[in-house]
Amino acid sequence: MSKYYLNYLDELESEAIYVLREVWAQFQNPVILFSGGKDSIVVTHLARKAFFPAKIPFALMHVDTGHNFPETIQFRDDLIKELEGRLIVGSVQESIDNGRVAEEKGKNATRNALQITTLLDAIEENKIDCAIGGGRRDEEKARAKERFFSHRDDFGQWDPKNQRPELWNIFNGKHFEGEHFRAFPISNWTEMDVWNYINRENIRIPSLYFAHEREVVWRNNSWIPNSEFLKLEEHEEVITKKIRFRTLGDITITGGIESEADTVEKIAEEVSAMRQTERGNRSDDKRSETAMEDRKRQGYF
Amino acid sequence: MELDNSQLLRFTTAGSVDDGKSTLIGRLLYDSKSIFEDQLEAVEATSKKKGHIGVDLALFTDGLRDEREQGITIDVAYRYFTTPKRKFIIADTPGHIQYTRNMVTGASTANAAIILVDARHGVIEQTKRHAFIASLLQIPHIIVCINKMDLVDFSEEVFNNIVSQFEEFSSKLLVKDIRFRPISALLGDNVVNRSENMPWYEGATLLHTLETMHISSDINKVDARFPVQTVLRPQSHEHRDYRGYAGRMASGVLRPGDEVTVLPSGFTSKIKTIDTLNGPLTEAYAPMSVSVTLEDDIDISRGDMIVRSNNKPESSQDIEVMLCWLNNSPAKPRAKYSVRHTTNDQKAMIKEILYKIDINTLDRSPNGEDLNMNDICKVKLRTTKPLLFDSYRDNRTTGSLILIDEDTNETVAAGMIL
Ligand SMILES: Nc1nc2c(ncn2[C@@H]2O[C@H](COP(=O)(O)OP(=O)(O)O)[C@@H](O)[C@H]2O)c(=O)[nH]1
Ligand SMILES: [Mg+2]
Repeated sequence: MSKYYLNYLDELESEAIYVLREVWAQFQNPVILFSGGKDSIVVTHLARKAFFPAKIPFALMHVDTGHNFPETIQFRDDLIKELEGRLIVGSVQESIDNGRVAEEKGKNATRNALQITTLLDAIEENKIDCAIGGGRRDEEKARAKERFFSHRDDFGQWDPKNQRPELWNIFNGKHFEGEHFRAFPISNWTEMDVWNYINRENIRIPSLYFAHEREVVWRNNSWIPNSEFLKLEEHEEVITKKIRFRTLGDITITGGIESEADTVEKIAEEVSAMRQTERGNRSDDKRSETAMEDRKRQGYF
Repeated sequence: MELDNSQLLRFTTAGSVDDGKSTLIGRLLYDSKSIFEDQLEAVEATSKKKGHIGVDLALFTDGLRDEREQGITIDVAYRYFTTPKRKFIIADTPGHIQYTRNMVTGASTANAAIILVDARHGVIEQTKRHAFIASLLQIPHIIVCINKMDLVDFSEEVFNNIVSQFEEFSSKLLVKDIRFRPISALLGDNVVNRSENMPWYEGATLLHTLETMHISSDINKVDARFPVQTVLRPQSHEHRDYRGYAGRMASGVLRPGDEVTVLPSGFTSKIKTIDTLNGPLTEAYAPMSVSVTLEDDIDISRGDMIVRSNNKPESSQDIEVMLCWLNNSPAKPRAKYSVRHTTNDQKAMIKEILYKIDINTLDRSPNGEDLNMNDICKVKLRTTKPLLFDSYRDNRTTGSLILIDEDTNETVAAGMIL
């Protein structure tokens, strides 16, 4: 092998660092959208690399549905302390209390769609002009069309048919008052790349990703964790199972998978043999074939 | 997974509507086992609803609502797959004339381009347009896939005729590496698996070509160019005096001790350290993102470029550029645009349209009055300050720029510096 080329993981890392630095240089008040999931953790790690030896110059913003895994919140707070960072929380509960949104009703009610309003309100209130996300193009077909720098109009909406062309690595973040951008530094990473990177860099992740015993209910083809927010159906039965989560989100809709993987290495191995996409266990994407695109147009992550 | 040393290959697909781009990508993903079960189930269900027999492979890439409804591709979609040899990023670009700007977008970062030709139709206007764009954007490798061979009885003669048609045209283009592959995306012949229907073809399959193509020599390793993105000044006690220049190597190599010049100021110094979170490096090369410190205190900011003192880029306010117009509203004569070139931002005026290229004949037509969407023109730009550049042929990073309309903030043109 000849010298002076990067392997794929180094190239992806370098690309992401470049994107993060462009965000910092082109915007006044960017934030990292931090969900406590592995993708936003990786983005945060990359931000440390991008600005070392300086601290991460952005705040982390968490859109809190109120239906959290306690582990996620703990992890978030520990990380903020370690980074000496600043945390902004947008609360869905508050949006409900203020009458900005109404709680969904019925058996499959979630707070997923409600997050859009909370997110856009928080962006406006905090005068955020760029929200950096951990979205990856391999996750979902609407995301496959995202630019690195993705424009949002003054209603926070995405117009996928009228995106700015993005050439070479020249990003155009120019915008008018009231508009904002979403930036996706790990656009080109796959789920496998993320795990290989977490493994290589020894990045700390919430314990929820590792196999553990938990009370769960079988619903919508996955193991939904028992929690104070879960309303049991008559036929449903809470049992204890060894599971782990492949993605993390709202506790009411994040399904676990049966697994014995209790190290990052074992997870990476498991993921590489996986025959289902990671979002296959999220009921929010199962609502319709274009569920993600419809939510994204309105301003979703 | 032993992928540690494997490289990333970015390729784009181009061809006219219905030439089979989406089907080909679906086939590559499917036969390389990169499709997940739930994706397959969703696509099977949709195929059935639409009355398809079997799986419509194109559905794996046609992502947005309108596309699925109209059955066409209207934007660039990115797809990923990995084989034991490489990781691939595909930019699936649309074939309609009005979406050529997306092809330019997809082509700008590609190491390789796949150009599809329908075996029944041979080389048509759009094929030439795409080949020309690929050469204009200096994609180092072009693979011409002659598709739908099943519809021409897998005929060697048809294949050879199309190869000659293409070569007659492409001899006028600047492409270093063109290869031809006879395939059937629908049936899978010569995509991942070797065709049993075309024993006369002895070359490699498409996937094998993509896996083994030599790409590390495509990067410019000679001219050290480091455009500064931002300055790192930690406030912490530990790094109180640290002043690092953050950026991504555009080309060439830099090492501690190298004599460098900072442009445009012209001050000289030496590289002191090359830093990363994982520790200092003994050298930096493209496309690495690093932070560089210098021996001397020099005023440096975003948009400046650090280069080796014995190898400097050109510097001028008058530059000749091949422009591809990307926007619906035509260029305004003598209007000012923002120009972004590496990390540098300034203003520029299109002083003169030298000629327009007819991409069917590659002839130059001097009628240089207006510049409309999808036009490709050679123009003279006048910038407000000198631009530090190399020719696009030598350097895809320091030789490229975009124009931004200040009234709309839209990216209206892509430019390759001659
Ligand atoms: N017979 C045959 N049909 C093909 C082949 N490749 C694609 N097609 C068909 O051609 C049509 C257009 O294909 P599509 O992939 O959507 O083309 P695109 O517009 O270039 O993306 C579809 O009906 C495909 O099934 C091939 O190799 N042989
Ligand atoms: Mg298509």
